[in-house]
Amino acid sequence: MSASAIIFYLIAAFILTMGILSVTSRKIFRSAIWLLFSLVGIAAFYFWMDLTFIAAVQIIIYVGGIVVLIIFSIFLTQKAGEQMPKPLRSRTLFSLLAVFFGFALTFLLIYKNTFPEISSHPFQLNVSDIGTQMLSTTEHGYVLPFEVVSMLLLAALIGCIVIAIKKESK
Amino acid sequence: MNGIPLTHILFVSTALFFIGMYGLFSRRNMITMLMSIELILNSVNINFLAFNKYLYPENLDGIFFTIFIITIAAAEAAVAIAIIINLYRSHQSIDVEDAGELKF
Repeated sequence: MSASAIIFYLIAAFILTMGILSVTSRKIFRSAIWLLFSLVGIAAFYFWMDLTFIAAVQIIIYVGGIVVLIIFSIFLTQKAGEQMPKPLRSRTLFSLLAVFFGFALTFLLIYKNTFPEISSHPFQLNVSDIGTQMLSTTEHGYVLPFEVVSMLLLAALIGCIVIAIKKESK
Repeated sequence: MNGIPLTHILFVSTALFFIGMYGLFSRRNMITMLMSIELILNSVNINFLAFNKYLYPENLDGIFFTIFIITIAAAEAAVAIAIIINLYRSHQSIDVEDAGELKF
């Protein structure tokens, strides 16, 4: 087993452990911190795949943006030190069963599936290629989704302000 | 590449997806459900990037899908948190069982 494979299994174990802790921890603030570690692990996984640009985007947006937003909303709405109530035993049992069977089905599908030939073409990711293709108007260009996403972000921005604004007390 | 078969990466992302599903099923607090959704979206991103890198390395489409998913996830988290804060103001609770009516 090469060093790269060992690093892969270490990163995978880290991501999954932190994910499990994040969904089972009963203190909501700790749960957010475990989620943060899991997302950092995923960024490390992208670095392992040589996708440095995506890893940087992952760290900036998820770790720097979304988790901080979640932590702020925890402080605004919860008593952070308190334990959340234990989920009902029947609910835990049935969600475990559903998750187990879903995982088993997907595992079997992946295990039995034969993928097309792994291409030996070297994969390199240049940020300039991403930029060119993102804004190109030719057949494989992504300029239309890019513009749609910019409209979506504007709509989300205005929508958040409208929803969360403090209403005048009548 | 690196001696890791594609299926192992897919197993990791499947496991992460179902961990997120477990959180979504068993939790009743809106913020923790939102965190589970983030885990699910991340597992999808891993799949897109692994397929792009292993099967179609001459294209960049998986990268673009990942970038758009990350963007939409950020917008979704922001809107969800605005809704959660508004709900907390009117109900003093962010448990989904307490939000029984559509109009307040």
